[in-house]
Amino acid sequence: MSEKGILKNYFGIKDGCVARLRENGFFDRIRIQVGSATCENASGAEEVYREFEKMIKASGRGDILLHKTGCTGHCSSEPIVGVFKPGQIPVKYGAVNAQKAFEIFTNHVQSSNGPVIDYILDKKTDRLYSNEFIFCGKGTSCGAETEKLTQTFRQKIAQRGLEGQIKVAEGVCLGICAEQEKPLSPACYVFPERVCYANLKESDLDEIIEKHVLGKQLIDRLVYKIDKIANHFFDYYGDVEYFNHQLRLTLKNCGVVDPESIDEYIYYRGFEAISKSLENETPQSIIDKIKASGLRGRGGGGYPTALKWQNTADAEGSEKYIICNADEGDPGAFMDRSMLEGDPFSVIEGMIIGGYSIQAKKGFVYIRAEYPLAIKRLENAITLARQYGFLGNNILGSGYDFDIELRLGAGAFVCGEETALIHSIEGQRGMPRPRPPYPSTKGLWDKPTMINNVETLANVPVVMLDGPQWFSSIGTQGSKGTKVFALAGKVNQTGLVEVPMGTTLRDIIFKNGGGITGGKKFKAVQTGGPSGGCLPEECLDTIVDYDSLNQAGSIMGSGGMIVLDENDCMVDIAKFFLEFTQNESCGKCTPCREGTKRMLEILIRITEGKGTIEDLNNLERLGNLIKRASLCGLGQTAPNPVLSTMRYFKDEYIEHVINKRCPAKSCKKLIKYEIDPDKCVGCTACARRCPVQCISGSPKKLHVIDQFQCIKCGVCFETCKFDAVKKQ
Amino acid sequence: MKPVNLTLSKNNNCRVVIKMNENKMVNLIIDGKKVQVPEGTSIMHAAEIIGIKVPRLCYHPQLSIEGACRVCIVEVKGARNFVASCASPVAEGMEVTTTSPSIRQARRDIVELILDNHPKDCQTCERDGNCELQRLAYAMGVRNRYFEGERKNYEKDLSSPAVIRDPNKCILCQRCVRVCEEVQGVTALGQAHRGFNTVVMPAFNLPFADSVCVTCGQCINVCPTAAFLEKEATKKVWDALSDPEITVIAQFAPSVRAAVGEGFGLAPGNNMEGQTVTALRRLGVDVVFDTQFGADLTIMEEANEFVKRFTQGGKLPMLTSCSAAWMKYIEHFHPTILDNLSTCKSPMGMVSALTKTFYAKKKNLDPKKIFNLAVMCCTAKKFEASRPEMTDDEGRPYTDAVVTTREFVWMVKSQGIDFINLEKSEFDPILGFSTGAGAIFGATGGVMEAALRTAVEIITNETLLEINFTPVRGLKGIKEAQIDIAGTKVKVAVAHGLGNAKTLMQQVEKGESPYHFIEIMGCPGGCIGGGGQPYAGTNVMPLDPEMLKARAKALYDIDQGKVIRKSHENPYIQRLYKEFLGEPLSDVSHHLLHTHYKPRYPKGI
Repeated sequence: MSEKGILKNYFGIKDGCVARLRENGFFDRIRIQVGSATCENASGAEEVYREFEKMIKASGRGDILLHKTGCTGHCSSEPIVGVFKPGQIPVKYGAVNAQKAFEIFTNHVQSSNGPVIDYILDKKTDRLYSNEFIFCGKGTSCGAETEKLTQTFRQKIAQRGLEGQIKVAEGVCLGICAEQEKPLSPACYVFPERVCYANLKESDLDEIIEKHVLGKQLIDRLVYKIDKIANHFFDYYGDVEYFNHQLRLTLKNCGVVDPESIDEYIYYRGFEAISKSLENETPQSIIDKIKASGLRGRGGGGYPTALKWQNTADAEGSEKYIICNADEGDPGAFMDRSMLEGDPFSVIEGMIIGGYSIQAKKGFVYIRAEYPLAIKRLENAITLARQYGFLGNNILGSGYDFDIELRLGAGAFVCGEETALIHSIEGQRGMPRPRPPYPSTKGLWDKPTMINNVETLANVPVVMLDGPQWFSSIGTQGSKGTKVFALAGKVNQTGLVEVPMGTTLRDIIFKNGGGITGGKKFKAVQTGGPSGGCLPEECLDTIVDYDSLNQAGSIMGSGGMIVLDENDCMVDIAKFFLEFTQNESCGKCTPCREGTKRMLEILIRITEGKGTIEDLNNLERLGNLIKRASLCGLGQTAPNPVLSTMRYFKDEYIEHVINKRCPAKSCKKLIKYEIDPDKCVGCTACARRCPVQCISGSPKKLHVIDQFQCIKCGVCFETCKFDAVKKQ
Repeated sequence: MKPVNLTLSKNNNCRVVIKMNENKMVNLIIDGKKVQVPEGTSIMHAAEIIGIKVPRLCYHPQLSIEGACRVCIVEVKGARNFVASCASPVAEGMEVTTTSPSIRQARRDIVELILDNHPKDCQTCERDGNCELQRLAYAMGVRNRYFEGERKNYEKDLSSPAVIRDPNKCILCQRCVRVCEEVQGVTALGQAHRGFNTVVMPAFNLPFADSVCVTCGQCINVCPTAAFLEKEATKKVWDALSDPEITVIAQFAPSVRAAVGEGFGLAPGNNMEGQTVTALRRLGVDVVFDTQFGADLTIMEEANEFVKRFTQGGKLPMLTSCSAAWMKYIEHFHPTILDNLSTCKSPMGMVSALTKTFYAKKKNLDPKKIFNLAVMCCTAKKFEASRPEMTDDEGRPYTDAVVTTREFVWMVKSQGIDFINLEKSEFDPILGFSTGAGAIFGATGGVMEAALRTAVEIITNETLLEINFTPVRGLKGIKEAQIDIAGTKVKVAVAHGLGNAKTLMQQVEKGESPYHFIEIMGCPGGCIGGGGQPYAGTNVMPLDPEMLKARAKALYDIDQGKVIRKSHENPYIQRLYKEFLGEPLSDVSHHLLHTHYKPRYPKGI
């Protein structure tokens, strides 16, 4: 088949990469991997890296390899350090500092004592298990059988008194059932043997305990062999609950490979997809595969990717462009940054495949200038890809020429809109223009242009490598594959989570996110960033896909997800997001420019207790106007945070307006601090710390707050140890 | 439904320009009525066929599609949101609704949102009664304010001697930005800042006077409100008129008479020359001269200059120099070819120079006690009058005040003069007599035609029989012609609108221009479309080709009706040369009637 010799060239390059890695001891040395990304560095990863460097030098050992990797997405536990000992499952440590690094190095790396259990990421136990069984989670097509089976297994383990040795855990659907006539579920992975048992029945469970757990023998008839990313999952990530609940396709290399090493990327099957595509596919057959995969744009709109590609491919003109939209601007969203910092090559590979499918000679990455590390790594990746012959003229001897340039955005949210983005690259003011004509026919410099989001492009190599059928087996009817969310707000574990489409909000928040911080009550989840909406508790079982979220009154968006608890005021949240869009409006069309300003004014009035019922009507009227009459997506979605909170939390608005009360006790102008005479002991602590000296009272006497002077900063509330200061 | 007539400059690659394909027809339904239109037609234009003029604001037929104001929204079956009818092409089987309760409310609310951020000073605004926003607000039924709040508050930019900018009145329709870039090729204006703080301003927020603004005033013409206005000069004029010591000498441009009637409600194209003379006298002007006399004189100098360059090997192509905006434009954008410009002053500059020298001497007047008032169709003439080159030997400007046609209309109205019914009267002698050649100066191609009438006769020494050079007439962006003069083929070109000038100038810069003589007028249509002309009426858009054609026709009719139609046959011109100037291009001429140019670079660069 290898007629063009492209694959031969590729594997030749790959052999060189593996040889170089081997030479450096990548396979047989102990590897210490330190997270390195903007977020990791901010939490002290660089210091930890230097610490390890020093210790390795001091130890004089030549068999330890220290390297960097991108962000794994487990934000709340950064910096993250992975220790890879040959032949063992990697161990990931969280929140590492210099002290912990020392202990990890002396106890785990240098001696054979095993991992430092206390510092293991997401430590849920105080011991090491001899075996671990991870059952596949409920997917979209399989029933509740797995759940029942897991329960039974757990009971059986308990009956035999093996809880101390055996851990039973649940993961997510790993998509192994695809391409099978019958589903393989229930299935489970077993550690440390790293085998997958499929098609389990209740009757098999005893055999597993007898033979595998006690007898240390594999049960061959149950073993299922697969060669998907799923099978390598634990080799890459270690056994960390946070990752076990995810299905990482686009983030597969993030936190795994060294983002500055093309050798490592190629070792993990990097550039295989483009090589195979150039060898075996025509531009049209690539588009057909993308179409069969059901991939939809991950930037927010959910437009079918293949349709965009097809339109650009069909457009007249010999000069065409592909643009990667990396102008990630949603407050709190960092999916694209993590991806570009952790695995820049995947995005480049996706761009080459996309470029080839429309026969573009040139691609641009439009990235915000506020991402210096991502820019640096992309530049490095582009240079390396050129050196290795994956970019430039005659890629891998295929005769196809393609190259990529970076363009830096100057921090305008609206430049994420495709026509505004094009204007910005052209050197014009970043303002959207009416469509049609769509960029696919008239884009950059009036040439047909295909614009895809970072995550969409990162999905492309996955589709090409593992096949559209497999890809489309993951997800729901209308939304295929996975989605990366930036989980933030009041959850225990914040960070990036990649889950199959169809996962419920509840699972993401309570499984991936580990529930609400401080044991508080869940109130709402905001999805889709400033263009999205807030969904209340009754919507928790909504599944994440483009259509269900839309129906519920929010959007998928690019993947921001902010969890709110009972202390968050919904009017205030709506105000926050509207303030953002209002500031970021390009100022071109009237509804967005003027309308969002008026809506914001009304919201400010309401949070200050000056709102009227008429204000509420006007808010809704303006919201619907802006939604329906604005020129671009920014304007059309700007009122969403307001409209969705008005839909689900109308009572809270009315409470602000009629009773001038903020039920969440969050709006400063509507709350007051008072001292409970029964509880105040006269310790003077509050009076001493009050910045405006408005608390009067002498030692051991009752203290009183002067309401007129109080600025409601809340310092007294936080200071009082006797719970005497009340917020009302 | 008319396709775009004026040629746009090429500098609009990122903008939306709707192209129609006349060969393919599309069927759609608008408000229940079947409509068939060529593919690519906008919904707005398709609706016009069945008599629906969808309310609009930022849309302008001569400019690219902005889609910014959202007033022209309609509903299209199957579309989730409203659709801007100006920007959306029709599609086969489309079902459009142009009015419904929700559309009416949305349009009303959009216009209110614009008004809420606009000063409430209609009664004291220069555009009161002639404001597109005011008319729209009335039509949309904005009788209450529901959403009022903070309003923008910026300083007016009064730095320019010609055009003032008032961002408070700006509604960000971007017409000024578009006309400046697409029609004029100047791009002096752009938007800065975001959201509610968006404001149209020159680059780096430089004062207008320091920008590349060529003061053509087209932004004033297309502005639907009063965000751009001419710098008013009427106070100075009133002061001079009421001073008994001062002799006020007025002149007015050819195109003023063709358009001034519109300021009093007449249709475009009425020649109001006699009424204007009378009105000026009623205002207290002592002597009324005609800029058309200056035009004849310009031809004498310019035609001779051309003949000299042509026959003695001077710098060619020679470029005309009577359009003030064009002069500033070439100094900014093509400073390397200033030598190609004719050194002649504009007709206004020539008349003003002569009144304070020749006429003063003749009438025994103290030049310091003469106040030269020029009524012009032009805002750039205000800038021209302030040029240091346009002063006498003691540095005093020859032209003391330039008022636009619009300012003149206000002055007349303020005096209660019944302009339309005024009796006609004649100009004062010597500098008041003009030929048909002087009249057509106001229309694009007119200077070329007038110059050729004289130049050909000078070269051939024979009487020209066919004096109508029709190829250089009309509204085509760039017109060219070839004339056989005594066996030599002379190639000429005419452009109007500076965007079109750019194309010709790039050729000249590269030394590739095939022409001998090029006429450039800064404004679309020539002076008749000047930035100082009355605002377009209720049902006419500024820059409307039909309006420009009607004004041009008035000037060509004047020419046609005159016995003497060649400048060199003007007996008063002949007398002037005999008594004062000597001959064309003489030393006196050079001193008084010619000027020079210097490159202008934007400040800070």
